[in-house]
Amino acid sequence: MAEMRYREALNQALAEELERDPNVYLMGQDISVFGGAFKVTEGLLDRFGEKRIRDTPISENTIVGLGVGSAMTGLRPVIELMTINFSLLALDQIINHAAHVRYMFGGQVSVPLVVRMPQGAGHQLGPTHSHSFEALYLHVPGLLVAVPSTAADAKGLLKTAIRDDNPVIFIEHETLYGQRGEVPDDPDFTIPFGLAAVRREGSDVTLIGISRMAQTAERAAEQLATEHGIEAEVIDPRTLRPLDLDTILESVAKTNRCVIVEEGWPHGGVGANFAALIQEQGFDDLDAPVGRVTGVDAPMPYAKSLEQISFPHEEQVIEATLALFGDRKRASRG
Amino acid sequence: MTDHQLPPSEMSLEWLRSMTLIRRFEERAGEQYTRAKVGGFLHLAIGEEATIVGTVAALRPTDYMIATYRSHGQALARGSEPGRVMAELFGRVDGLCRGRGGSMHMFDLQRRFMGGFGIVGGNLPLAAGFGLTSDYLDSDDATLCQFGDGASNQGTFGETLNLAALWSLPVVFMVTNNQFGMGTSLERHSAQTDLQRKGEGFGVPGLECDGMDVVDTWAVTTEALRIAREERQPVLVEALNYRFRGHSIADPEDYRSEEEVLEWSKRDPLVTFGDRLVAEGVLSDEQREAIDLEAIETVDAAVAFADASPEPEPSSLYDDVYVLSDQVRGWYSADHRGAGLQKGEDLS
Repeated sequence: MAEMRYREALNQALAEELERDPNVYLMGQDISVFGGAFKVTEGLLDRFGEKRIRDTPISENTIVGLGVGSAMTGLRPVIELMTINFSLLALDQIINHAAHVRYMFGGQVSVPLVVRMPQGAGHQLGPTHSHSFEALYLHVPGLLVAVPSTAADAKGLLKTAIRDDNPVIFIEHETLYGQRGEVPDDPDFTIPFGLAAVRREGSDVTLIGISRMAQTAERAAEQLATEHGIEAEVIDPRTLRPLDLDTILESVAKTNRCVIVEEGWPHGGVGANFAALIQEQGFDDLDAPVGRVTGVDAPMPYAKSLEQISFPHEEQVIEATLALFGDRKRASRG
Repeated sequence: MTDHQLPPSEMSLEWLRSMTLIRRFEERAGEQYTRAKVGGFLHLAIGEEATIVGTVAALRPTDYMIATYRSHGQALARGSEPGRVMAELFGRVDGLCRGRGGSMHMFDLQRRFMGGFGIVGGNLPLAAGFGLTSDYLDSDDATLCQFGDGASNQGTFGETLNLAALWSLPVVFMVTNNQFGMGTSLERHSAQTDLQRKGEGFGVPGLECDGMDVVDTWAVTTEALRIAREERQPVLVEALNYRFRGHSIADPEDYRSEEEVLEWSKRDPLVTFGDRLVAEGVLSDEQREAIDLEAIETVDAAVAFADASPEPEPSSLYDDVYVLSDQVRGWYSADHRGAGLQKGEDLS
């Protein structure tokens, strides 16, 4: 094990996979000479050269489409979109082509493509630069969706994503890049998709945290234990497609209560989807409605005071959890 | 008619056969649509046969070709079995795409026909991707990307031409200017109506061909492919043509006059090329008739094949959504089969 930052873990995963497979190449804005807007690709140009570490113009839709075309014909592109906000420009290629050409053409081709991009609010970037879109990509059959929240997961899941033959939406988080964590040294360390991580064991309530919110949920769980005597089990699904629903249902069967925490909007969100799945499959296990803590149902404001109350923190998670134990009023958030 | 010499007679006759097959196939497809054998949209290439056949004739079998939602003719010209193209229109299991794509989404990997694409302008970035693969793997393969005059207004047009020129990709972009983006005429949708010039600012030189003349299309495309392949310089070719039918079969054609259609129909690529072959002694009237009969028989057989092909099994609904492996063995989903969850595919 070695301690490293989330961004360094990603960098190591990229370097190892570039080393392993000559058909893996990287493409994105400012990823070579500049080293990436968040320095994830730093040093890779010197090591692998400009054929494999390619700077692109600012043309998101075309970059993704170009990646799809090269993936259909034998290469394994890893695309960096500077942030998930700009992926809106590439939705046609992501949904109509990356996700669907295999199905649409009767299985004649596959699209082994990874689109990496960070999301998240908290940096006072206002409505256009603070999105969380895991729910948007979760919506699309044909895509795999990863949302790593630790350095080890970032490395292990990215290596799996690159080796997989399906298109993968790999959602990083801007706030996590500088965080340190223990990461296995083994160059063949990978983490399979569809395997949730139980971050904390508990018997009273299941907290499911998506992306960065897995950490928020974990901190909330510690406070619930020390201040309220509630032992929360914290689950980080790590991938949303495929989803390890079994681990979630087993936990809910034990705790009989569940709160889902996500940074994105409430309507049509990941929590809405999970709540539906849990009540369909585990209705008899529930002692209370499934709770949700989400970003507020508004664009992201710039002002720090407003921004900070626009996405979940520990307080809201605690409040929503306590509400499941009898005090519904305390769960309402505007 | 341009002043190119005819190619060797067997080649000329092959082109005529191919164009005739597309014409008869499309006519029959339209007929089957009115009989509700074909669903969805149906965009016919009647009038555009020379553009298709001349282009395909210039390609090597290993070159990639990619086209639009008007894609039956390209598949046929690339050698896809007519029965499988018709079966795709019928939504049958023996269709080129097993009934998943339909008229707009023909695809035949074996023949490197890389697809019909339903989103206007959406196929250009993919073409650059094929070009990148050729470049990356140091291969000699080139890519030819067809799209309509309407697509030249999409953002992907400028973005892709810029990238292709920047990275010296071996791609020929062919704008098939059939004078209308659906029902909006060229001068009403594009400020620059000399479409071959539309790539200049991106560093992509333009060429023009008479898309109603198979020989001219072949000659110009051959040169464009040479430039792309040997000089690693993408080229924009404007093929001027005209579709004799509406945009799709459901088009009442209120936006153009009968006189205009009649005027263009005098340049029917099938008639003019056949006439030329007869005039130059390559083809007898009897042979001409025989080629037509042969095409009709082939299309008859294609319809019979498509009719006999079964509908896809409901159990195959989730096939090929994902590449399944130890990594992704299946996925949870929810569907009509019950209130509970279904695993999208076999998890065994």
